[in-house]
Amino acid sequence: MLEKALEGSNKYWAWIFFLLGVIGIGALFYVRQYHYGLGITGMSRDVSWGVYIGQFTFMVGVAAGGVMLALPLYIHNYKVFGKIAVLGEFMAIAAVGMCLMFITVDLGQPMRIMNVLIHSTPHSMLFWDMIVLNGYLFLNVVCGWAILHSVYKDVPPPKWARPLVILSVPWAFSIHTVTAFLYCGLPGRHFWLSAIIAPRFLASAFAAGPALLLLIALFMKRMKLMDPGKEAVQKLTTIIIYAAIANLFFIGLEFFTAFYSNVPEHMATLDYLFWGVNGFHNLVIPMRVSLLFSIVGVILLLFKKIRFHEGWLSLCLALIFLSLYIDKGVGFVLGGFVPNPFDRITEYHPSVTEIGITIGVWAAGALILTVLYKVALKVEFKKDD
Amino acid sequence: MDVKRRKFLKIAGLSAVAGLAAPSAFNSLLKGGEAVASEEPHRGGSAEGEGEGSPKAKGIQYGMVIDLQVLAANKGLAAKCSHACNVDHNIPQYGNPKDEIKWIWTDDYEHSFPEHSQYKRNESLEKLPVLLLCNHCANPPCVRACPTKATFKNDKGVVMMDYHRCIGCRFCMAACPYGARSFNWRRPREKDANGNYKFFPDGVNMKFPMRMRGVVEKCNFCAKRLSEGKLPSCVAACGDTKAIVFGDINDPNSEIARILEARYTIQRKPAAGTEPSVFYII
Repeated sequence: MLEKALEGSNKYWAWIFFLLGVIGIGALFYVRQYHYGLGITGMSRDVSWGVYIGQFTFMVGVAAGGVMLALPLYIHNYKVFGKIAVLGEFMAIAAVGMCLMFITVDLGQPMRIMNVLIHSTPHSMLFWDMIVLNGYLFLNVVCGWAILHSVYKDVPPPKWARPLVILSVPWAFSIHTVTAFLYCGLPGRHFWLSAIIAPRFLASAFAAGPALLLLIALFMKRMKLMDPGKEAVQKLTTIIIYAAIANLFFIGLEFFTAFYSNVPEHMATLDYLFWGVNGFHNLVIPMRVSLLFSIVGVILLLFKKIRFHEGWLSLCLALIFLSLYIDKGVGFVLGGFVPNPFDRITEYHPSVTEIGITIGVWAAGALILTVLYKVALKVEFKKDD
Repeated sequence: MDVKRRKFLKIAGLSAVAGLAAPSAFNSLLKGGEAVASEEPHRGGSAEGEGEGSPKAKGIQYGMVIDLQVLAANKGLAAKCSHACNVDHNIPQYGNPKDEIKWIWTDDYEHSFPEHSQYKRNESLEKLPVLLLCNHCANPPCVRACPTKATFKNDKGVVMMDYHRCIGCRFCMAACPYGARSFNWRRPREKDANGNYKFFPDGVNMKFPMRMRGVVEKCNFCAKRLSEGKLPSCVAACGDTKAIVFGDINDPNSEIARILEARYTIQRKPAAGTEPSVFYII
């Protein structure tokens, strides 16, 4: 089936080689980082996690978001998602792949990564995160491939795939819950020390994942590569609206608890993120833009005319996706470190190398996604190109 | 009818027994859980634990009482402590806060105890040189977070680091509420054109390993010196001043235990539940 990815138009190959080029540049930057050490990034003693872990956290969400197609289809037998569910599964594969890459480039001693297995300990949430992420990758590779292969061979899907796709539904929830546990179980980081982190992660994931998927699907429709179907688009849009509203609601709850209780540690990071503290306000504009994009995106989508207009719909989806990306991929991780537990502020500026590596990993994710979608389109929609 | 009645009585009886037993079982479970939970972490015997007369503390837990008044009275003593440690443990001096590695250092009162508020602070309090280091918590969050057990608590209650197992994920740095952990952002063993180490201005102690880039490090209470029967180098640097008293806080006959009983001491961030083993006399 994979051979389908080896035949395509000039445009397809141009895109593939473009991605390979970007990956190559990212790899060169990584070689630089590998030789110098992580000091080549903008991270420091005070802000000891940066862009890499931010992207990792966000991509876990994108991976988990695919379940918003699997759940209606496999649990509620909602056939409208029948053809595009595989797009969700394949997006999850690419996203988890990116997560693993981001974790690896963030390690000070990447050659020792297997120590997590050799000296594993159930006390560490990172151990559980490794289990759930790799398990999710496995489930999506196996299920996605098996189901697509049955379409390819024109036979019913294998019986053993059924329990696995059912299992993949709660598993999707688990990956983002455990990723939230990385943060919300740490004493002394009050911005993270909140029981609502896991549900907030899930809400934002169930908006961001499907939003990205729908954007890609609408793009592919425009390129006349496939048609997800009107009903599927509308249903997915509804899911995205609800999830985005839930996420906004959860952010509101954080604000209420912090500012009504008036507990300084709870307010400190929100103050820094949205207003700036003592002249440090690197993240104020991005965070405000993020909030604005979410609100505007959701309000616009409440109008039926906008929902049914593909151009406007795409714009709203892009606004929501960008908003959630800034909120989780940038603000959430950095916010936990600023101000530090001693009321001091060290800001973080990613370095060129760091951004180069990040773009390289994104390109690698895009490459995995392109190849998998290429196969899926050919098999599922019998389309060339 | 009869059968149904018997069945009903049976169920009713069973539920009654269950109803009576459940709360006590639940209680004992809770208490049992508490005993188990507190046994291990309370080894440190926090201030609160001692106050309640908790007899659970057992095993050795090394700790320190740092008398800030003595440090303030002896100008330069705090810096001497840090310097002794830096030289002993080959701590590289990069001269910038981004790469900085520190095991024991000085900060002001306000940023050392941010949760202690005074409406107005007198100058002597503001200027107190507060020596900060790893608290060797009885309940260390860094040890919990480490995915490879590269950081662990040894049988003396010291939180140790295995530089050869650490993968450099820095989860422990996010977990530590005291900023006591440093990461090797770059190669500390870098040499200049003449072949001299760039970042060890005071020479290299060949008895202690230099680290490699990409691993986390921290104060180890001079575990090696302890095994040789010596005091930690910062304590030794204080001479007879008693600025730092070191010992097993769980041994009622130790000097440190007597000081903890006699004097008013505070810990950093007690609300974090980490049960620090480093105490301060203000």
